[in-house]
Amino acid sequence: MTKSHKPVVWFPFAAGGTVIAFCIPVIVVLTFLAALGHMPAGLSYERLHAFAANGVGKLVLFGVISLSLWSSAHRLRCTCYDFGLRADTLVATVLYVAAILGGIAAALFLLRI
Amino acid sequence: MTPLKERLVQLEVLRYNPDTDTEAHFQHYEVVCQEEWVVLDALNKVKADIDPTLNYRWSCHMAVCGSCGMMINGEPKLSCHAFLRDYQGVIRVEPLAHFPVERDLVTAPDDFMDKLKRVKPYVIPKEMKPISEGEYRQTPAQLMKFRQYSMCINCMLCYAACPQYGLTPSFIGPAALTLAHRYNQDSRDGGRKERQEVVATHEGVWECTFVGACSEVCPAHVDPASALQQMKITSSIDWIVEHLIPGGKP
Repeated sequence: MTKSHKPVVWFPFAAGGTVIAFCIPVIVVLTFLAALGHMPAGLSYERLHAFAANGVGKLVLFGVISLSLWSSAHRLRCTCYDFGLRADTLVATVLYVAAILGGIAAALFLLRI
Repeated sequence: MTPLKERLVQLEVLRYNPDTDTEAHFQHYEVVCQEEWVVLDALNKVKADIDPTLNYRWSCHMAVCGSCGMMINGEPKLSCHAFLRDYQGVIRVEPLAHFPVERDLVTAPDDFMDKLKRVKPYVIPKEMKPISEGEYRQTPAQLMKFRQYSMCINCMLCYAACPQYGLTPSFIGPAALTLAHRYNQDSRDGGRKERQEVVATHEGVWECTFVGACSEVCPAHVDPASALQQMKITSSIDWIVEHLIPGGKP
């Protein structure tokens, strides 16, 4: 039996899973706070815009968005597999392409800031 | 001492006799049991008093031998560890899922036994030393790295719970891979590279999608899901070393 090349897709999935575990709950809480008009002053639009305009900030945001998308795509692929949807190549292609397009879109939007 | 409470237990047991039946069918039994008994006791009572033709495996009656695994109300359980007081109404008893049925509740474990052998579940010493040099010593910390994973009783409940094994029978599966991890983690062992030939393949850890049902049903409190995820990380690092670092060998 030959060794699998699955690490290519699994490693970014694991990295994205870690990012999601740390960042998404914070983003959810901040979104609720913003909706209720209690945004901390340190996270005002101007400051976040300045963060996204900075090169390192762009890199961080791109990392968070693209890894989260990849992780979600891979998780959804596994879920489809678990539910018995065995057209794995098709499912994987559609989901990974969607994640890559999302990553490219994030990069383009970030570069325009 | 309070007297034991009696209870009329209703069982629906899946029966199959390969000599006479073309397909399996449920048989209904009603048997008086003590409330404190387990499902295995109820089956023993049925076999002793009502139907001696009923077949099932058991041995220790204390969740140690791993022989009496079966599906109880659709969940993989050791029948010696499934207390009647936890069940109401008719209790449905079926052979362990995902394994071929030999007769009634008896399944054929051959596939698991074959996979167990393939992961080399024994210490492959890093270096052999003569007996005169004494034993291979281990610190408590070194022991704790693998102790949990050595508690497996080979009951195969994790295989019955794993949807991946059900869908892809070539998957090496939770218990066998966890035992590979157990020996990989052993400070005396040097066999990880040999085991990787099975572990790092598609049928090895990469078939696992981390459903986690294996860890939920394990009666020995082993956590196969954690073992497999840890092996995915080490296998990924191996892959990076092998493919991305020039001249790298895992």
